Amino acid sequence: MTDTYTRLIRTAPGRFLAKRAGLPNPPKLARVDDRPGAVLGPVVVLGASAGADQVAQILLAWGADVRRRFDGLSRVGSVVVVLDEIEHPGAIGEIVLPLAGAMRSLAPGARIVTISRPATGSGESLSREAARGGVEGLVRSLGHEVRKGATANGILAADGVALDAPGVQGALRFLLSARSAFIDGQFLAVSTSEGELPGDWDRPLAGRTALITGAARGIGAAIARTFSSLGAQLVLLDIPASGTDLARISNELRATPLQLDVTAPDAPERVIAFLRERGIVLDALVLNAGITKDKLFANMTPERWDPVIAVNIASQLALVETLLGTQGEGAAADGSAVVGTPVISSALRIVSLASTSGIAGNRGQTNYATSKAGVIAFVDALADRLDGTGMTANAVAPGFIETEMTARIPALQREIARRVNSLQQGGQPLDVAEAIGFLSSAPAGGIRGETLRVCGQNIVGK
Amino acid sequence: MAEAPAQKQSPQNSQSAKPLAQKSLRDAVVLGGNRIPFARAGGAYAGISNQDMLTATLEGLVARFGLQEELVGEVAGGAVLKLASDLNLTRESVLGTPLDARTPAIDISKACATGLETVVHISNRIQLGQIDSGIACGVDSASDSPIEVTPRLRRLLHRLNSAKTALDRAKVLTALRPSDLAPVPPANAEARTGMSMGEHQAITADAWGITRQAQDELALASHQNLAAAYDRGFLDDLVTGYRGLGRDQNLRADSSLEKLGKLKPVFGVKNPAIAEPTMTAGNSTPLTDGASSVLISTREWADQHGFAPLARVVDTRVAAVDFVHGEEGLLMAPAYAVPELLDANGLALADVDLWEIHEAFASTVLATLAAWESEEFCREKLGRDGALGAIDRATLNVTGSSLAAGHPFAATGGRIVATLAKLLHERARETGRVQRGVISVCAAGGQGTVALLESDGK
Repeated sequence: MTDTYTRLIRTAPGRFLAKRAGLPNPPKLARVDDRPGAVLGPVVVLGASAGADQVAQILLAWGADVRRRFDGLSRVGSVVVVLDEIEHPGAIGEIVLPLAGAMRSLAPGARIVTISRPATGSGESLSREAARGGVEGLVRSLGHEVRKGATANGILAADGVALDAPGVQGALRFLLSARSAFIDGQFLAVSTSEGELPGDWDRPLAGRTALITGAARGIGAAIARTFSSLGAQLVLLDIPASGTDLARISNELRATPLQLDVTAPDAPERVIAFLRERGIVLDALVLNAGITKDKLFANMTPERWDPVIAVNIASQLALVETLLGTQGEGAAADGSAVVGTPVISSALRIVSLASTSGIAGNRGQTNYATSKAGVIAFVDALADRLDGTGMTANAVAPGFIETEMTARIPALQREIARRVNSLQQGGQPLDVAEAIGFLSSAPAGGIRGETLRVCGQNIVGK
Repeated sequence: MAEAPAQKQSPQNSQSAKPLAQKSLRDAVVLGGNRIPFARAGGAYAGISNQDMLTATLEGLVARFGLQEELVGEVAGGAVLKLASDLNLTRESVLGTPLDARTPAIDISKACATGLETVVHISNRIQLGQIDSGIACGVDSASDSPIEVTPRLRRLLHRLNSAKTALDRAKVLTALRPSDLAPVPPANAEARTGMSMGEHQAITADAWGITRQAQDELALASHQNLAAAYDRGFLDDLVTGYRGLGRDQNLRADSSLEKLGKLKPVFGVKNPAIAEPTMTAGNSTPLTDGASSVLISTREWADQHGFAPLARVVDTRVAAVDFVHGEEGLLMAPAYAVPELLDANGLALADVDLWEIHEAFASTVLATLAAWESEEFCREKLGRDGALGAIDRATLNVTGSSLAAGHPFAATGGRIVATLAKLLHERARETGRVQRGVISVCAAGGQGTVALLESDGK
């Protein structure tokens, strides 16, 4: 999708004018094709805890140029601030302040990642809670301050989760990489040590099969392409009216197309029958199918309200309930029966699409925001339901993403919407896809019930 | 050209002493199909070319069967309303798909029977051992049909092109009259009678005494059967949505005899010989845009690729009638071809489990059935001892036909073949018995093509 303003200011006269007029100057964000390496070096690991040493060792093993001080560095690619043992807000400055002097040395597209423990709300140690909570303000402010496409994000490793746990390693690698280009000022919480390290970090979905709903176009098609490049086998679902687009992306990725309206009463049964017929077992389920029917609430009608709820959240509830209901069903003793064979693996990753509208609300989107806020609560509850099964559920909340859908927003409104974030631009469907790819991978097993914003640190909500 | 590799060189003289062995016939089996929903002319596909639609249909087939980079033996396709620039329509469409770019293609044309004839062509090639797999397909756009210039203008333009001097060119241009510039749309009329197909059929319907009520009932059944087929998911693996259409645009699931009964007759109204015209827009097929395709192969090819054959193409027949001199109705050729097909395979009407009689008009189907029930017709026209008999109407067009789906001329054959193959397979599985189905397609020019399919459900 075209962002005319951004194209303009990337020309010499445009840049000059924008600078003189004090207009936004959105940086060009490097994606994984621009920067395939996991870590932009040199990477400086701050912190004196055993966890900090552990993190430095992990980064070394990934082949990164690892430093423990900024001494003599004129250019810094990444900074990992390890704050896992802080017991008092007063302890933060000592660890983090060396970064202050290096802020101006951060390379374009640099990464700052903090690793700390989440506030628990326990009254046991007030100073520890205050210290842990304080990290949030630090990271979100750094997100606003960093420039030239750099980002600042944090990992919250629950107490008892070692810093080399698969979830922490996976989150760290994801946040340091160019795959997190449009994620800024956010936290990824790793609540358990579950998950596995992938055989190949560049193809973490190799040997895994994913079903993606709403895959014919836009973000869904981007998810399909990303999953394919990460090694996944795909079943791509969309409504029959989008059948040819679905066929085309299926041909491109050698995926299996499934035309189905997810709101049909028998849709879950049809999905299961389809999977069983082909002997497909899902390792990942991406609930991306979604629609908007915007209208001010004063003009809202059932024709605009009901389909949005039906597609965006009710269909997800039905499909997930039915799929989980197949757990425990087995093949007949003689092995011949098709009915009852498993269609989901015991390490299923469910990722649903929420939205920043579901977090902060949005004028004209009461129906959409209701559905998306529902998704956020749904994955949280679903993760709880899946506790101990090896399966997880999470959501991704895109902010302003350049798609056919957002291209239909009136021009002025669209221009404002895409600038009001720390990166001063709309994200690409690829950015959403990368986040979902990570949450669907084996290392993400310890990330449960989270909603990860992919919004460039949009000013709305948290 | 490089030298052929040594191992491919023909053996010297080793076979020259005796005639080459006759190859035995192989089974041609239908593996499935794909079509786009059919749209009413000027509707959802207005402005879309035949090549776009055919390419999309083939892409859907490739996606459904995972045929990316596959070198298929041959793709046979065609269009009835075809632009002169589309001379290689099928091959050009193939090149726009993920099929191997070395896949050969052929264009075939026989009016409304084009689609079924492409199936005949591919099946014959497979049975004869010339290819192992093939795709039969067809497309038509009534919204993007060729509009030509007048013959006079065409000749003038050719003369202009060959004129050598400015003076010669000026001479040619002075011969131009305003009337030469009027565009010439494709005529919806038989060349030898000047009558439209509907006007011809109105005579046939009248001659056989086909009532308005019977025609409306057949039209209603077509809509209801197709709607029910969509609802039960029968078309999930036969249709791929296109340009916002998920179902056929002409389908009226909520149609009723009352609604159909309110429509005014449109054919036969100006014919003084017809006292009571019966053919309306509701019981005649509308002009339609769309495309369809069928994947056919040997049993071995199907097995190697992991596909279950749906049905075998057993046999086909063609016939034509003399409608020009009024000896027979324009669309009655299948009434002759089907009995011949059944006889050749030792079958009676009752041995056929499913009938697919193309609904060009409701009265076409009804006149065909009436002819088989007629002692007179069967004795005098078919030279039989007596009437062929009546078919069980519950076995006719059980998932609807052209009245509901629409009829993009060259796409109808593929729609019917894929549908019937899937139906026969489904029923053979349910009943555990071999199921046979007959397809009957009438065509302009007084022609018809018919086919016999069979499934053992395995």
